[in-house]
Amino acid sequence: MTNPHVQHASGDLPHEPEKATLEGRNKVLAFWLFLGGEAVLFGTLFATFLTLRNQIADGPSASELFSLPMTAAATFILLVSSLTSVFAIQAMHRGNKKNLQGWLAVTVLLGLAFLILEIYEFYEYIVHEDYGMTTSAFSSAFYTLVGFHGAHVLFGILWISILIGQLSKKGLTVVTAPKVYVSAMYWHFIDVVWVFIFTVVYLLGKVVG
Amino acid sequence: MMKPWKAVKRLLPLFVGLSLLLSACGREDLSVLRPQGPVAEGQLGLIKLAITIMVAVMLIVFGIAAYVWVKFRRKPGQNEIPKQVEGNFKLEVIWTAIPLVLVIILGVFTVQKVFAFGENYSSDKNAVKVKVTSHLFWWEFSYPDYGVTTAQDLIIPTGKKIALELKTADVLHSFWVPSLAGKTDTNTDGTINNAWFEASKEGVYLGKCAELCGPSHAFMEFKVKAVNQESFDNWVAAMKAPAVLPEEPAVAEVFKTQCLSCHAVGDQGLPVGPNLTGIGSREAIAGILLNAEGEGRPEDGKPIRDNLVDWLKDPQGVKPGNKMPAPKEDLGLTDTEIEAIADYLADYKLTY
Amino acid sequence: MAHAHSVKRHKGLMDWLTTVDHKKIAILYLLAGGLFFGIGGIEALLIRVQLAKPMNDFVTAQQFNELITMHGTTMIFLGVMPVIFALMNAVIPLQIGARDVAFPFLNALGFWTFLFGGLLLNLSWIMGGAPDAGWTSYTPLSSTTYSLTHGVDFYTIGLQIAGLGTLIGGINFLATIITMRAPGMSYMRMPMFTWTTFVTSAMILFAFPAITVGLVLLTFDRILGANFFNVEAGGNPVLWQHIFWIFGHPEVYILILPAFGVISEVVSTFSRKRLFGYSSMVFATILIAFLGFMVWAHHMFTTGMGPVANALFSIATMLIAVPTGIKIFNWLFTMWGGQITFNTANLFASGFIPTFVMGGVTGVMLASAPADYQYHDTYFVVAHFHYVIVGGLVLGLFAGLHYWWPKMFGRMLNEKLGKWEFWTFIIGFHLTFFVQHFLGLIGMQRRVFTYLPNQGFDLMNLVSTVGAFLMGVGVIIFLVNIAISFKKPVGLPDDPWGDGRTLEWSIPSPPPEYNFKQTPLVRGIDALWKEKVAGHTEMTPAEPVGPIHMPSPTILPFLMSVGLFIAGLGFMFTSDDFGNSFLNFIFSNYIVTGIGLAITLGSMLLRSLFDDHGWHIEPEELNNKGVKA
Repeated sequence: MTNPHVQHASGDLPHEPEKATLEGRNKVLAFWLFLGGEAVLFGTLFATFLTLRNQIADGPSASELFSLPMTAAATFILLVSSLTSVFAIQAMHRGNKKNLQGWLAVTVLLGLAFLILEIYEFYEYIVHEDYGMTTSAFSSAFYTLVGFHGAHVLFGILWISILIGQLSKKGLTVVTAPKVYVSAMYWHFIDVVWVFIFTVVYLLGKVVG
Repeated sequence: MMKPWKAVKRLLPLFVGLSLLLSACGREDLSVLRPQGPVAEGQLGLIKLAITIMVAVMLIVFGIAAYVWVKFRRKPGQNEIPKQVEGNFKLEVIWTAIPLVLVIILGVFTVQKVFAFGENYSSDKNAVKVKVTSHLFWWEFSYPDYGVTTAQDLIIPTGKKIALELKTADVLHSFWVPSLAGKTDTNTDGTINNAWFEASKEGVYLGKCAELCGPSHAFMEFKVKAVNQESFDNWVAAMKAPAVLPEEPAVAEVFKTQCLSCHAVGDQGLPVGPNLTGIGSREAIAGILLNAEGEGRPEDGKPIRDNLVDWLKDPQGVKPGNKMPAPKEDLGLTDTEIEAIADYLADYKLTY
Repeated sequence: MAHAHSVKRHKGLMDWLTTVDHKKIAILYLLAGGLFFGIGGIEALLIRVQLAKPMNDFVTAQQFNELITMHGTTMIFLGVMPVIFALMNAVIPLQIGARDVAFPFLNALGFWTFLFGGLLLNLSWIMGGAPDAGWTSYTPLSSTTYSLTHGVDFYTIGLQIAGLGTLIGGINFLATIITMRAPGMSYMRMPMFTWTTFVTSAMILFAFPAITVGLVLLTFDRILGANFFNVEAGGNPVLWQHIFWIFGHPEVYILILPAFGVISEVVSTFSRKRLFGYSSMVFATILIAFLGFMVWAHHMFTTGMGPVANALFSIATMLIAVPTGIKIFNWLFTMWGGQITFNTANLFASGFIPTFVMGGVTGVMLASAPADYQYHDTYFVVAHFHYVIVGGLVLGLFAGLHYWWPKMFGRMLNEKLGKWEFWTFIIGFHLTFFVQHFLGLIGMQRRVFTYLPNQGFDLMNLVSTVGAFLMGVGVIIFLVNIAISFKKPVGLPDDPWGDGRTLEWSIPSPPPEYNFKQTPLVRGIDALWKEKVAGHTEMTPAEPVGPIHMPSPTILPFLMSVGLFIAGLGFMFTSDDFGNSFLNFIFSNYIVTGIGLAITLGSMLLRSLFDDHGWHIEPEELNNKGVKA
């Protein structure tokens, strides 16, 4: 078994530090598996949403409720954050810790901006439209699906922020590199999920009704 | 000549065997194995086909297993290493292909029957349409074509297709009359089901709820009473006749204010609880207290009046979790009033 | 280089709370599984006592519904799953020649979340009433309108937490089997139990998230007033059935596949023959798993999906008979031409074959939708799934436990008692469940707390009850056998059966904490057997003796699970009135939930901030202890 310490002590980091150790490779593999499970999780939530999307009871329908410009902006922000996380991984592969931290910070900030937009959206619905979890089957499905995604974004923001701190303290090593790598995988995943949400929830809701 | 006791000794095992076999087939009015209508007959046919195939498969497997277990036991001192066989392509193809063929046979008949029993006869002019509504823990049957609603006893004419439309008023239940037809769930609005069945001959058949629905799921029984067309027409007419109320004004008053606030008789009362029109002619009280006056299994029952008194004095004791308020504790009826109402209901019979 | 033992080695209880050793976690799983299996078994006996005669009033209708719900839920999620995980943990790393699983920390976390989820669920008995809507918890019966106690909340949240543990375990075993195999062990050289564990883990990964979502939706309906299954606000109760069974059907294959693996190992070892048709066994396992995801709606034939859906799901379900049949015949022909020893392990494995076939054929019968309209929700179904789960899985687990017991504990179980166990259990089993087929066919529906007399049900129900107690006797003999075995000193050869074929039999019993002093080189299927036939006494090492890296013990998995437990309990009681303003305040403002989550997330943070560099066992130490000449 490879001892992570040995390689770190020798100073020069391999090109793909996330896959340099068995632990690192295991982590990346297991994270792919985890994302497989997450895909089923969101798949089930999407199926639920699609089943219930017309069950609006006394509440407003999707087309009355949603405002596309704001969600489009949110979508754009999250897509850009995916790109910046790619830049972060490229910086990591170059062994450039400062750049890596910088791009991760940008990713976190974009994620935060997305989250603020989403919270604002929920706030508008709940306070001004009096449209909550209990309004209809559609509202329950909407808040649960989008809220689950939002919780994932929040978790990602916290996670990547902690990693930025760890990079400062521990440096870029074969121990920290896999952590950064899987957090980027995670970030891409929630980005992809959002693309589906934007399509299925917002576009479909607005266009088809 | 054999001595008589010897004959008995010889015939006894046969007799015991036969009666065991018969009891294993169950009651005529309750058992899947003794169908009384075309739907249940078709279903039993499929069951028999499946059992035949499966018994054959089991015999083959058990046969090979028994042979192997006896023949290839390790004998004392047997130390040479047995031949390590990797597999056998021919054998493996055989035991892949044969089950596949068996599955296809069963599959063909299955598909055929699925579509036959999935037929919807609700727009068939010759079918008798019945709307089944299940409640905790009783059954409501209404006949939209005749404008009649009853509860617990589903009266049908023999030889006619009964087209059911099933739904629930609360939780999910499942409509099952083993000797006439398999189950159909009663779902909530939006997922209402249709089904059909037919009774070949007159009789009283037992029906049950087959979906866990709460404490008295076990007691959510009903009866299907198949009668000839003439009786059925008479029954419909009797059901439509004006309501008969208790003769004594005081009892009638109690009945009107306390009972008819949920129940209905004839054209009076409300349809919250089971309809009570002609309850004196029913097979059971509350679905499970069998009436000695009934036609199904009178020997198991008690006089209907006693059943009514038992029920009215302690509904929760008879059927835990049911929704009826206790006449005594909740509605303030006296024992005398309860007995008077029981008398009235026991005498409220329909002739058909 | 990190040397020496800077790591603290715990003793006693603390050792068990902090262990990340897969062998110790296996024992923990076995203990917890045994505990819940016992609880579920007692519930089963109470059910049978109630049904022994018509119109019995041993328990009330409400208590009965709680008993059947908890019996089913406990047995499936908390009884047999952990025993399966116990065997996987005890055996898989050894069978693939690994020193541990890929993620020892996650392994411990999986166990503790499972345990605390299970404890939470069972707390319901003393906290206002157990769940009462059946293990399937169909809505609307499981909604707050019809299930008034917190029972179903315990069900949703307890299973959520326990399910998380199972999911973690699944991912861990997938990663372990993919990356940790010894040199030379290609996929097609893996022992059959490893293969079935691999496929089962993949099924866990794709099935459990579905029930996670289902349970979340039901929790939200019950606690937050959401409307997923509330018809008045547009919800759809049938949606729950789909989500439940999309998970629920794969779940039964998740349960049975490891048993198939155990049977393959035991039958092969005690016939002294390699597994007949290994490749077709692998193929059949994968096919069963694949089909297992395609057939969920056969639990819903009477729901009213229409003839087309019913026909398709019927055919798909019947097809599963084909790969299953392949397996049965492969086992029979593994024994054919062999030298069979009928010790307890092999008796259970042999008893499995006909019993499971009986459960299998009734499964095909149930697959035929129109016939299922009659079988559905009757005792016929109860008989069928007990034949598959008890007659299949539980017999398989007994076989596996007897087979690997010497490896796990370094002690043999008594053969004479073992035979008593087998015969009482299997005779009791058939007495209990065979008659239930007929009960169903003559009109007895399932989940009834009692039945009227004179329906022809009385005698068969009595027989069933007697059988259940006989099964109980079998289990008690097993416990006695275990107790006796622990009076014996530890000390067995590496391969106590003498005919071991796979890598676990090439190392001491019980194995040292690092398992393999040197990682073995695998040169074929049945790696150890191959070496034996070649005249070698042990495996050829694939590496020189060197320091062995070990993960450090940690209390964090335990703490994380405690946190989830607290959070779950807090969430459940958010809208209760405790008659105490302080309690009301901390529950209704999500403070208790917050504290629980803070413990869990805080532990995760600690785990991330303080990297575990582990510790090493030096070569000198390897030569001093635990290694036999």
